Amino acid sequence: MADYTLRELMTIAAAREIPDGAITFCGTGISMVAAMAAKHIHAPNSTIFFETGAIDSLLEELPLAVADPRVMYYTAVNGALTDAFAYMQNRKTGKQVVGIMGAAQIDCFGNLNSTVIGDYHEPKVRFSGSGGACDVASFVDHSLIFMQHEKRKFVNKVDYLTSPGWLDGAGGRERAGLTGKGPSKVITNMAIMGFDETSKRMVLDYYYPGITPEKILENMEFAVDISKAKELQPPTNNEIRILREKCDPQGLIL
Amino acid sequence: MTVKSEKLMALSSAIETFVTDGCHLSIGGFTVNRNPMGAVYEIIRQGRKKIHLYAHSNGQGVDELVGAGCVEKIEIAYAGNGRFAPTCIRFKRAVQNRSILVEDYSNYQMTLRFQAGAMGIPFLPTRSSLGTDIINKWGFSKKIRQEDPRIPDEKLIVGENPFKGWTDTKALVFVPAINPDVTIIHVQQADEHGTARIQGLTMADVEQAKAAKHLIVTCEELVSSDEMKSKPDTNQIPHFCVDAVVHLPWGAYPTACYNNYDYDPIFFNDYKIFASDDTLYQNYLDKFIHGTKNHQEFLDLIGGKRLQNIKADPRTGYAINLDRK
Repeated sequence: MADYTLRELMTIAAAREIPDGAITFCGTGISMVAAMAAKHIHAPNSTIFFETGAIDSLLEELPLAVADPRVMYYTAVNGALTDAFAYMQNRKTGKQVVGIMGAAQIDCFGNLNSTVIGDYHEPKVRFSGSGGACDVASFVDHSLIFMQHEKRKFVNKVDYLTSPGWLDGAGGRERAGLTGKGPSKVITNMAIMGFDETSKRMVLDYYYPGITPEKILENMEFAVDISKAKELQPPTNNEIRILREKCDPQGLIL
Repeated sequence: MTVKSEKLMALSSAIETFVTDGCHLSIGGFTVNRNPMGAVYEIIRQGRKKIHLYAHSNGQGVDELVGAGCVEKIEIAYAGNGRFAPTCIRFKRAVQNRSILVEDYSNYQMTLRFQAGAMGIPFLPTRSSLGTDIINKWGFSKKIRQEDPRIPDEKLIVGENPFKGWTDTKALVFVPAINPDVTIIHVQQADEHGTARIQGLTMADVEQAKAAKHLIVTCEELVSSDEMKSKPDTNQIPHFCVDAVVHLPWGAYPTACYNNYDYDPIFFNDYKIFASDDTLYQNYLDKFIHGTKNHQEFLDLIGGKRLQNIKADPRTGYAINLDRK
């Protein structure tokens, strides 16, 4: 078994969810490394793109922001925000897009908050705001969410609903008029959470080696079904080697 | 005889002429890239107040305008600066102590709003944000909206698809056009009449530029119209959109300008320390902005060595192997 860090495990767990042929929308940080890992490991025909409009960037060096000049070098097209968001809902390309996001809070239907903690008008803590997260969450059929597994983050009700998940459960998105689907997986520092096919409520899919399902429940405000959970296959030597050598050799993110 | 274009101005005159107290301002760029920083610093030096700011995902420019107390209201999608500041630090403080008012949209919505402004139409539709608090929660009250004729009475409107079920769409969010009093963008090249060329990603600069009542273009390099016209496919903004052209080398510093220079990680790391403490931040403003007469003096204070360090490599357009920790 490979020697790996928790962040490396999370990155590989997310990368494995990106199918070959995907058009991967990524933000900054760990999501970008996960998209690169998928491309280098099992999804060579996936295309990485950024909301800033850079399509199929070579990423010879790791960008530290989606507007980093490193996303602009050796691309298929250097476009603009108008095109980037349009690809997510374009009738031909939209279905292939896999979105990767993070947030400050998540509820049991995968709705995300990246705007405020507390009242919107008198916030205790202000965050960056939606950026492109609400757009990608509104449009695409396949999205992955990175979260830290903490009680204050897995909450009964998000303080501000920035990006739509499955809204109020089965049929919720349809009633609101959204065409895409809610999140597919939530990748945390303890587990991979999925969503029940019928109810759209969060369930525990996989727990990491050394973590029990009970421990995961202790770190959430709401309960989830743990009956079908399995232990996650740890990263292989090969996956870790590629991650370190090809994706983040300068150790900027991992 | 050659007559110099009247649009060619010194930065201080351009800001003095077009950026007034209480004006509605939009700035180009995105997080660590091509923010019109020279112009931002000049606005701070001239002590502009009560600005109504529009941005989609500006990082450094927004944070410095907010930090210096120039901004009263802001309509924005994202205030962060990549790994250097997941949430812009002075912005975060200003919202938490309620010294600025924020109206939240998504990035695509802000882009569409600039696009609508550029097209001269009242709104554009999108499905983005249906079912979310971007629709339910408004930062600006009805009263604030009604008091300023430059902002619409509604943040946005959810309505039926007027073409019924066409393209399987039932509901849409209509987002209102933005027509800022002034937009400022920084570009790689421009001629004295204002025709402008952006290299790398244009972000939403072109839409922001065309939506504005007045447009200031600051440029790394002032080139001849002949040179601009000999490569027209690489130009984005025609001269008639532009009101002021300012030749301003390193005008995006400390943010990056593709093919010219990278962002300065040392600056961002230092800024993070200054921005986290009110006294240190005041010292920063006093020394680096108010203590310098213009952008060149600011750059001299940063020092040639730091600038040399971030010069772009001609193959990739950024500084390769730059220490970015």
